[in-house]
Amino acid sequence: MPLEVIGTFNVSRLQVLDHNGELDQEFDPKLSSDKLLKLYYYMLLNRRTDERMVKLQRQGRLGTFGASTGQEATICAATLAMGERDWFVPSYRESFGAVMRGMQLSKIFLYWSGHEEGNYTPEAPRTLPIQVIVGSQALHAVGIAYAIKYRREKESAVVTFFGDGATSQGDIHEAMNFASVWKVPVVFICQNNQWAISQPRSRQTNAKTIAQRAYAYDMPGIQVDGNDALAVYKVTKEALERAYQGQGPSFIEAENYRLTMHTTADDPTKYRKNEEVDFWWQREPLKRFRAFLESKALWSEAQQVKLEEQLNQEIETAVRDFESQKNFKVDAPFEHIFGTTHSVIESQRAEFLAEQLKRQQQEQEQERR
Amino acid sequence: MAKLNMVQAINLALDQEMARDSRVIMMGEDIGVNGGVFRATDGLFAKYGEERVIDSPLAEAGIVGSALGMAIAGLIPVVEIQFAGFSYIAFGQLESNVSRYRWRTQGLYTAPMVVRMPYGAGVHAIEHHSESREAYFAHTPGLKVVTPSTPRNARALLVSAIRDPDPVIFLEPTKSYRAFKEEVPEEEESYPIGKAEIVQEGSDLTLVSFGAMMRVALKAVEELQKQRKIGIELIDLLTISPLDIDTLCTSVKKTGRLVIVQEAPGSFSVASEIIALINDKALMSLKAPIKRVTGYDMVIPYFFREEMYLPHPEQVVRAIEETLSY
Ligand SMILES: Cc1ncc(C[n+]2csc(CCOP(=O)(O)OP(=O)(O)O)c2C)c(N)n1
Ligand SMILES: [Mg+2]
Repeated sequence: MPLEVIGTFNVSRLQVLDHNGELDQEFDPKLSSDKLLKLYYYMLLNRRTDERMVKLQRQGRLGTFGASTGQEATICAATLAMGERDWFVPSYRESFGAVMRGMQLSKIFLYWSGHEEGNYTPEAPRTLPIQVIVGSQALHAVGIAYAIKYRREKESAVVTFFGDGATSQGDIHEAMNFASVWKVPVVFICQNNQWAISQPRSRQTNAKTIAQRAYAYDMPGIQVDGNDALAVYKVTKEALERAYQGQGPSFIEAENYRLTMHTTADDPTKYRKNEEVDFWWQREPLKRFRAFLESKALWSEAQQVKLEEQLNQEIETAVRDFESQKNFKVDAPFEHIFGTTHSVIESQRAEFLAEQLKRQQQEQEQERR
Repeated sequence: MAKLNMVQAINLALDQEMARDSRVIMMGEDIGVNGGVFRATDGLFAKYGEERVIDSPLAEAGIVGSALGMAIAGLIPVVEIQFAGFSYIAFGQLESNVSRYRWRTQGLYTAPMVVRMPYGAGVHAIEHHSESREAYFAHTPGLKVVTPSTPRNARALLVSAIRDPDPVIFLEPTKSYRAFKEEVPEEEESYPIGKAEIVQEGSDLTLVSFGAMMRVALKAVEELQKQRKIGIELIDLLTISPLDIDTLCTSVKKTGRLVIVQEAPGSFSVASEIIALINDKALMSLKAPIKRVTGYDMVIPYFFREEMYLPHPEQVVRAIEETLSY
């Protein structure tokens, strides 16, 4: 047999709004004005809350925290494309997707100030909590997708998010492979924000794109301008439609940029150049989206001023709401170890409570002295 | 001698071992250009280059598995897992291969490598950054498990770990990284693996701890000795596996009383193992039941509650008093 080519692949990239907010009509997902305004509202809420949280962290009112500044278009537009029956399976950068799905804003503050209560979010169904172990959530997404297929649920799929760094983990390979073999309804969204802490994307994979990985699993894959909310919306929507129709998984590489530090504990000046950051600030997602809204006469400076004021108040209210919560049950962790009661755990709980009492008494004594 | 904190002391050991032996290679996430998220490898990338200080892709199984290959081929990899909480992805490699290559090949191929990882609670971190799971590693035959407690012993033990013929899990207590400084000699110094340290001699009671809990144990001892004259023999395990049974037994035979302090959950733990060993070898010397002060059998709570769930010096003082007055 002669040598013959038995497979080739090509990789497409979609941009609908360029970085000046200029629209490519051909690919316009034609969102209603309401949806466009909703999208802008959440992207700006995401941006302003992150800014506020960095300040709160610096004041010691929150713990170490990782902002998603620069990634709002991917997070919010992908979430906007999702329906209530879809499952949302994030990493730690997509909390605003959860907010869009109904999670109280104050839960974010609770989480980042060291309260497990921030993970208890019944107000946002089918929305999983923050995942810290890089990449591991993608496998959970595939399992959920299997359950959806098993139950023959209509109009239901899973969207899972992970970073460019995460693509190095075996879990991401395994998740994509399982999803492809099982042909289950899941959309993988890789937020390629160019950095994994100090490591540039080029240190994670030698491939030209992350999107091309989809080819190896025989699933549709595309690269999208992750700073372009319309493009992200469009490709996510299309992937979800395929999933609903039983066509299995899709892979989206959303190219954006982590404009600020990895977390408040990180100093990016140690490993990346200001010019690079400046380059990406020119391409950040909010400015172009606002320009687009203005070009459609959907937005004005006056509206902007009003919205900023409104967001400021919403964030302040959430901060106050969070900081006024006082009655946290100290032994609550004992309640969530097992679903059944056990004498080992209960006797430890009794010891714990007795110990807390002794510590308090000791403190009071020391104060009296 | 310079006064160094634990991170600086670890950096000194790594630097000197790299200078001394070109087989020593480092690998991990963000350890090169960034010098490690805790700066333990600061400056080494500039000094030894990217071939010897490797910023690896983000994959713990990849790091540990490929390190084993390097070790088999005659290099001495010293890898960093960014936090112990991420090491479980590599646990398959540790349990199934790293720990048993010597055994499997009857000594033909061995795994002289070090897996460094910050571990333990008390630094206000998010989930997976605070657990003490030394028991997992210690339960794996073929792995040596070392936990320094001060800058000086961290440096001396790390030198030994790098020169050891077997894989060493080197657990660095995050809480102690910058908590205090200590004189660390510039000239070479090592401390044998498998040997506990008697930090303070005494004849009334043996107090055993390791890692960050050594500070809690020390505080308790200071507190008690302010109140009355009492001879506490304080032992720092330093190596968890293989345990220094001789030092422990000799001490307990002398004092007849034992209190153990550890951060990890009590069940199936280092403390449990010590109690079992004393039961085997020194039971008849005991004047009181052995007491242990440990973490609870749960995930370390997020940091709002974290402190409440960790052993406290006063708690250790009470345990000691109860044992003495038994
Ligand atoms: C399994 C695991 N290894 C290491 C870490 C530490 N860590 C947290 S985030 C991160 C970088 C992740 O980069 P990427 O996947 O690109 O996501 P990004 O932070 O850029 O959103 C690392 C190394 C972790 N949380 N989990
Ligand atoms: Mg990234």
